[in-house]
Order: sequence, then structure tokens, then C-alpha cells
Amino acid sequence: MSPIDRTPPRLDRLRIPPVALAAGFAALAGAALILVSGHDPLSAYAEIVRGSLSPESLPDTLAWATPLVGMTLAAALPLRGGMVNLGGDGQLVIGGLVAALAPLVLAGPGPFGAAAGLALAALGGGLYAALAAWGEVRHGVPMLISSLLLSYPAVGVTSYLARFPLRDVATGLPQTLMVPLDARLPVLTGALNAGSLLIAAIALAVVVFDRRTSAGYELRMRGKNARFAGYGGVRLGRQAVGTMFASGAIAGLVGATLVLGSQFRFIDGALLTPAYTWSGLMAALLVGGEPVGAILAALFFAALQTGGFAMQRETSVPRVLTLVLQAIVILFLAMRQGIGRRT
Amino acid sequence: MIGSLFTPFLFQSAAQAITPILLAALAGVLCGRVGVFNLALEGQMLAGAFAAIVGSFLAHSALVGVAAAMAGAAAFSLILAYGATVFRGDPVVIGIGMNLLASGLTAYLLRVVFGVSGTFSDPGVVGLGRIAIPALAGVPVLGWAFARQSAITWAAWALTALIGVVLYLTPVGLRLRGVGEQPEAAGALGVDVARYRIVTVLVAGALTGLAGAQLSLGAVSVFAEDMSAGRGWIAVVAVMLGRNNPLYAAAACVLFGFADAIGVNLQSRGLPNQLTDAAPYVATLLALVVSHRRRSRFSQRSRKPAPTAGEAAAAHRRGGSGRKA
Repeated sequence: MSPIDRTPPRLDRLRIPPVALAAGFAALAGAALILVSGHDPLSAYAEIVRGSLSPESLPDTLAWATPLVGMTLAAALPLRGGMVNLGGDGQLVIGGLVAALAPLVLAGPGPFGAAAGLALAALGGGLYAALAAWGEVRHGVPMLISSLLLSYPAVGVTSYLARFPLRDVATGLPQTLMVPLDARLPVLTGALNAGSLLIAAIALAVVVFDRRTSAGYELRMRGKNARFAGYGGVRLGRQAVGTMFASGAIAGLVGATLVLGSQFRFIDGALLTPAYTWSGLMAALLVGGEPVGAILAALFFAALQTGGFAMQRETSVPRVLTLVLQAIVILFLAMRQGIGRRT
Repeated sequence: MIGSLFTPFLFQSAAQAITPILLAALAGVLCGRVGVFNLALEGQMLAGAFAAIVGSFLAHSALVGVAAAMAGAAAFSLILAYGATVFRGDPVVIGIGMNLLASGLTAYLLRVVFGVSGTFSDPGVVGLGRIAIPALAGVPVLGWAFARQSAITWAAWALTALIGVVLYLTPVGLRLRGVGEQPEAAGALGVDVARYRIVTVLVAGALTGLAGAQLSLGAVSVFAEDMSAGRGWIAVVAVMLGRNNPLYAAAACVLFGFADAIGVNLQSRGLPNQLTDAAPYVATLLALVVSHRRRSRFSQRSRKPAPTAGEAAAAHRRGGSGRKA
């Protein structure tokens, strides 16, 4: 050991994992906000933990995590290649509406309707996302912005369809007809249905793709340096369109599992209110799109949000606080990563 | 049919729609000029709109509301100002994070401070008055619209001209542009690059605050959750289309403002608002496609392999966050 190694440990030598540091910082900032509202931060946080991780609330957390993990994967995949898909909302509602209609329109036994709904939802979401990639590859329209802008007409048109031509007039609400009983996803236990298994399978597939396939390697290479990847023979245009198709397909599937698994019809606004897209994007951004880390971050956010319901119920601290905590974590990490990245 | 669209009412609603987008776009232009890619316009505007309502509610004065909006949005912009410079964070991540923080924080404070969710309006909130300029009242068609604008609308156009002049005709503007285009060269000439960036981002934040004040105190005195409703993203596109030139960006804002106004107009003729609300976004998209098509054809002739827009954006991002090792 050289004498230099025996210098007293400085703060940055302690190696606190940045994620833990960020979470701690967010918890402190959140505590200040709770104090502003005149409540007790400790009891509010205790409710979050109890409301998300206790045995009776764990299934709810997993049910909430299902779409969140799905949208996280949809965000993580392009992010791995240095691309950003901000249009998850549009792809989500397209998938949801297609899945709600397919079993009603297609003749055939129920399970066929469900399978067709899932497949068509993936196709619809995928094609819509690929449109943004095609626009960048072919016409140079930046995907970062076009994917987001495409979201608005998709949300508008699906909302219009659910309110007017396709509305279930028997109910007073802006929603489509119920999906037949036999076309719904089978229930596993309580709040959990087969959609969770589907998302888990997709998560596994994305992890394997990322770690074990040459296409996943090429995508990571693009993320590090797109020009180098292109020079090395990666067909960048095709890769962008394919990656965005897969990302949009996952988003579409998330919409389909929500519609076929728990809502049983397309209800205007119901897919967007929980803001899965943005939470998912944040979870993916936390780790630069690395799938395992992103999934863990998504589970963390899901626990936070599910616990938020309990916190609001028991302590009347508004649960939107959890969104603030998430945002603080991501901002803290964005800067913290910057500190380590010395030139 | 088309001719009957262009009523004084259309110009009035277009002018109203343009103002917040224009102010946010000017903010984006300033940030872009010093090499900080600002995706947080949406959240900055929302923070400003909320601060405006709080200020106006507490002091029963629209002026205090506007001042609070500018100060609040500028304070919120400290995250981007320091995050993208001193802390070298990725501006895209910071921008997205700031938008979500603004959305969550305003919704939280709305519940905690005012005890309501969704929207807040109160007789104690004083909105901005309309400013009538007698000399302009006689202009045919537009006179009616001119008499129905807030001071912020006039200020937005004055600021467009002012920023154009400052950027291109003053020494400060030259340094600003230098900081964005060649940070090393600007630094070598003695310009404190980080300081220029921080101050510019904060000034731009005050502009977004003005945009927010127009939203919550302009036409109606009300704050609604997520009331910026995508306008900040439209402003981001206006900045891209205008290539960080305030006048071109303003032209793009006029286009989007009219698309918005035409959408509102069609809505009053019976088209469902779910469809017409998408009009400005579709117009924005089409403008992006048209401009980039022309640009890419041009660059194919003049350059060797043109970098794709995504890579250009990535380069932009890197430039904004300082060089990587």
C-alpha cells in the first residue's frame, strides 16, 4: 500500500450508491413539503411503506407495477440505443382501443378475440411508434419531438371515437362496449391477472435481448456512439425503425393488458390518468435504459405510488407528492452522474 | 367557408394563443443560443402560471402576480441553469425531470395551499386587464382584436424585437452567440462561459414565467393542473424550426397560434373538441416535416453524409452539457 491510499476517507470515497443518495435526498425534500402541508412526514412515509409492502397490499403493488414496468421497458429499449420515445401515451391508447374493439369486431371464440386483441394492439402501437422513427430516418424529423407530437392526435382521435361513434350509449360515460367475458385475460389472484405474466415475459425477453443477442449488442453500441456503430456495419435506419416498433408494440400491449385485464373496455382518459408513460420514462432514464436496473426502478416507483394511495387515505397528504419524489430522484441523479463524469 | 374563417375573432384568439408559445420560444432561443438545450419550457411555464395565481391572490394585484410568475419561474430554472452547466447533467433528462416536477409540485401545492384539486379560481385573483391602444383601434379587421390583448401580448412582441436586436447588434449578443457556437473560443477571449449560460437560462426562465402569467391571468383568472397543456413542447419545436433565431421562431409561433385559433373556431361550428385540440400539434408536426425535408435535400448536395437529426440533437446535447472526456 502506498501512503496515498491511507488518506482519510473523504465523503466521495464512502461510495454511497448514487440511487440511494438520490432517494434519501428526495425523502428529505419530500419531508419538507409534507411539513409545509402541516402533517407529520414520518407517519406519511410509514403509510407509504405499509401501503405498498405489507402482505395485504403487495398484490396491489404488483398489479400497479405491471403497466409501469411495461412502459418502462417501452422507454428503456430505445434509450439503450440513445433514442428517446416520448410518445408512449399515444401508443398506449392506440393499443388500448384496438384491444377493446378486436374481440367485439372479430368473429370467433373468446380466447381468440383476446389473442387477436393483444396482437393487433402490439401491431398498432408498434407501427405508430415506427412512424416517428421513419420520419427521422427518411426525412430527418427529430424523433425526440415527433414521437411526442404524434401522441396528441392519437389521444384526441381515440378520445373522440370513445365519446361519439363507438360509445356505449347504454352508460352515461365516454367508454366503448364491454369486452365479452370469455375474451378477458384470466385472473390469477385478486388484483393480478395474466397480463402481469405477459409483461414479466416481455421483461425477460428484453433483458435477454440486451445481454445475450448480437442485435442487443448493436443497439448498445449505437447508444455509446451512433457513428461508430454505423461505421461498424450496423444499419442505423433499419435499427431505429425496428427498435421503435418494438418499443411502441410494448406500449400497445400495456394498453391491451389494461383493457382486457382490468378495465374491460376503453374508457376515455383511464389509461392516461395514472401517467404510466412518464413514470416509466423516468425509471428508464434513471439507469440509462439498462433493462434490469430500469425494472427495479419501476418496481420502486410502483411501490411509491401504491403507498401514496394509503398515505392520502390515512394522513390526507396528497398522493401527488410521490410524483414530486420521483422527479427529485431523477433530477438529482441526472446531476450526480454529471459530477462523476469529469473531463 | 375558408374566407369566413378569418374574422376579427380569429385574429383575437390567435393573438391570445401565440403569446405564451412565443414567450416560451424566446426563452428556448436564448437557451439554445448559449448551448443549453431547454426541454423544460412546459414545466417552467406551469410553474410560472402557478406563481402568478399565488402572487395575484395574495396581493390582489395582477402586477404582483406577473412579478411572482417571473421570479418563481426563474427560481425554478435554477435547476436547469446549474444542472446543465456546473453539474454537467444531460439537459434532456433534466428537462423531462423538471416538467414532471412542475406538474407534481403545482398539483401538490394546489391541494395544500388552496385546498382544491383540478382548478383554482377565486374573486381575490386579479387578472390582467386589456390594453387598448387608441391609434390601433381604427385598423380594419384587426382593430377589434388589437383592443382585446393583455399587456403581456404586447410585451411578447416587443421582447421578440428586443432579443433580436440584443443577439445580433450588441456586444453582449455577440458573446452570447459565441458561448453557444464556440465555447472554447469564447472562453479564450475572456468570456466566463458558465456564468453567461447560467444568467441566460435564468433570464429565459423569467420569460417563461411571463408566458405562465399570460396563461393563468390573461384571458381568464384561473389555474388548472397541467394547464400548459403541451404549449411548452410546441415552443420547443418553434425553437427547432427557427434554428435559435428569435424572428424565425416567432414566425413558427404565429403559424401554431393560427392553427390553434382555427381549431377553436371549428369547435364553435360543431366539430368535437377532442379532434380540434390536436390541430396545433398536427400543424407543428407538418411544419417539422416540411422544414426538415427541405433542409435534408439541401444538405445532401452541400455536404458529405449529413448526420441524422437525432445525432445532431445528441451533439447539441453534448455541446450543452459540456464536452465529454
